[in-house]
Amino acid sequence: MIRKTHPELGDPAAGNGILSRRVFLEGTLVVGATGAGLSCGSAEPLAVQPWMKVPGPGFAGYGQPSPFESKVVKVFPPPPNPPGVGASRTPLHMLEGMITPSGLHFERSHSGVPEIDPDQHRLVIHGLVKRPLVFTVEALSRYPMQSRIAFIECGGNSLALNAPQAQPLNVAAIHGLLGCSEWTGVRLSTLLDEAGIEPEARWVIAEGADAAAMSRSIPLTKAMDDALLCLYQNGERVRPSNGYPVRLLLPGFEGNMNVKWLRRLKLTAGPAMTKDETSKYTILLKDEKAWQFVFPIEVKSVITRPSPGLALRGPGFYEISGLAWSGNGSIRQVDVSADGGRSWAPAALQGPILPKAPVRFRTAWQWNGGPAVLQSRATDDTGMVQPTRAQFAAERGFRGVYHYNAIASWRIDEMGEASNVYA
Amino acid sequence: MFTLKPIAVCVSMLTIAPAALAQAPQLGQPIAPADIAPWDISIGPDGAGLPPGQGTAIEGEAIYVAKCQACHGEKGVRPNVALAGALVGGMGTLAPDKTPIKTVGSFWPYATTLFDYVRRAMPFQESKSLTADEVYAVSAYILNLNGIIGPNDVIDAHSLPKVRMPNRDGFIPFPRNPK
Repeated sequence: MIRKTHPELGDPAAGNGILSRRVFLEGTLVVGATGAGLSCGSAEPLAVQPWMKVPGPGFAGYGQPSPFESKVVKVFPPPPNPPGVGASRTPLHMLEGMITPSGLHFERSHSGVPEIDPDQHRLVIHGLVKRPLVFTVEALSRYPMQSRIAFIECGGNSLALNAPQAQPLNVAAIHGLLGCSEWTGVRLSTLLDEAGIEPEARWVIAEGADAAAMSRSIPLTKAMDDALLCLYQNGERVRPSNGYPVRLLLPGFEGNMNVKWLRRLKLTAGPAMTKDETSKYTILLKDEKAWQFVFPIEVKSVITRPSPGLALRGPGFYEISGLAWSGNGSIRQVDVSADGGRSWAPAALQGPILPKAPVRFRTAWQWNGGPAVLQSRATDDTGMVQPTRAQFAAERGFRGVYHYNAIASWRIDEMGEASNVYA
Repeated sequence: MFTLKPIAVCVSMLTIAPAALAQAPQLGQPIAPADIAPWDISIGPDGAGLPPGQGTAIEGEAIYVAKCQACHGEKGVRPNVALAGALVGGMGTLAPDKTPIKTVGSFWPYATTLFDYVRRAMPFQESKSLTADEVYAVSAYILNLNGIIGPNDVIDAHSLPKVRMPNRDGFIPFPRNPK
C-alpha cells in the first residue's frame, strides 16, 4: 500500500486548527512545516537510572498501579452523606482506550456495598413462571457464558450541565458516571426459559441484595433480548462495588436498571412502580409532565483530553481525544470543533466499534495559542445525532435532571487552561 | 435467610421444556412459593403483596420521630442529610418555570411505593427492621403531613392502594424506547 504523504502539517479540516483525521488513519503527520510546531530545546544528557543497577522487588499476588499513578483514583464527595451512599466517579480524563479498569469503574450505591459471601448468595426467579427456581452462584457458573464489551452509564451522569451557569468542574465531576467493561455471564433468557414464562408476564422486577434492596422493573422484551447475568468483569469476578457475585447487565439501558448484587427476579404483568422508577429516574419536562421509564442512554460524547486540569503547554500539535457512546447501537461518526461549533471535522474512530460500547475518537489539532472552544458531536447508526444544548433544552428544558446528553464544551484560554462553558 | 431444601430435579420438566433448553444445564432448584415469601417484598401499585397490618398517622408520628427524623428532618420538610430529600411539601412546584421540589406529596404517583420503599430500605441504619404495622403507620404519617389523608385514617392493604396521589397523572411514557 502506498501511503499518501502530506508536505504540510496535515490538512486543515475545520476552523481554528482542526486537522484531517488522516493523521490518525494514515499516520502521516509532518510536524513543524508551518513554523507553529512544538518548540523543543535540546534534551539533557542521558543518565543511567538507579533502578537499572539493582534488582527490583519480587512478585505480587495481585498487581497494583505504579505508585507514581496515585492520583488516578475515583472521586467522591466527603461526608455528611453516610459512607457508600451516592456515587464515586471514574477519572475519565486520566484514562485511555475504551475499557475502564475495574477498580476505577464508577459506582452508585444506595446503602453501601454489601459484603456478600458467594456461597450464601442465592438468585430466585419467581412470579409469573411455571417453575419458580433458585440458583446458587456455583450453579450459574456452570451455564454456557457469553462475553460482551458494554458501557454502563448512570442516568444521572452529566446532570451538572443542567445548571443555569456553567460550573467549574472537570470531566470526572461532570461525566464520570460512565464505565465500560468486558462483561461475562449467563444470558438471562436461558434462565427464564428454564423457569418457563407464563403468557401474561410482561415485566421483570429485579432486586439487589444490598441493604436498600434496590429494585427496578424491566421490560420482559429486554430481559429476553440481550440481558446478561454477569459473573465476570474484565476477566475477573465482578468487583463488590459493581455487584459481586452477580449483577444484571442491560446493554444500553440507564445504569440504575443494571441491578447489582442481584438476588431476585419476579415476573409480573405490570411494573412495580418502585421508588427508583417514579420519584427518581423520571424526567420532569417543561410542562408539569414527566417522562417515565426512560430506558436507553441516547447518543453522547465527551472530550476527555484536553479538559479541565489538563492544561496545554504552549502552542503546537495536540491530540483531542474522547469517548462516544450510544445505548441504541454503534457510533457511526464523531465530529469535532475547535471554534464552538461553527465548523466541524470528522474524528478518527478507534476500533473496535461495538454496539452499546464506547468508542475512542481522536482528532489532530494545531493550537495557535488563542482562545478555542472544543466540542464533540456523536452520531449513532440509528442516525440519531447528539443534540446541541439549545436543542436539548427546546425538547425538555433543564428540569429533568437525568439523561443529559447534549454537546459539551471546553473553553481553552490563552494560558492553555480548559474550563467547562456553555457555548 | 432461607435454606434450600433438597429437592431432586424433576425429570418431567425436561419433557415439557422447549427444545432449546436441552442446550442448558438446568441447574435451577425448584422452590415452593411459601419458601420464597420471606424474600418477596415487592408491592404492586394495585396493592399486590401488601401484608396484613395497619396504622394511622397518629401512631406513625412517634415512629417517625424516633426512626426517621434524624435524616429527614422535623415533619419531613427540611432534610438534615441532603440525599434524604424532602418528604413533604413542594405542592405546585412542578408548574412550568418553577424549581421543582419533588416530594412524596408533590411528585410520587403511587402511595404503595411508600410502603414498598420504607419496608425494604428504611430506616437507613437498620433496614427491614420495622413491623408491617410500623410501616403502615409511618406511611400514613407522611401521607398525612402532605395533606393527602386524615390523621385517623386507617392505612392497610385495602386502603393504601386507594389513596389518590396528587401527581398520579403526572407521568407519560418516554417516546423513544426500543420496541
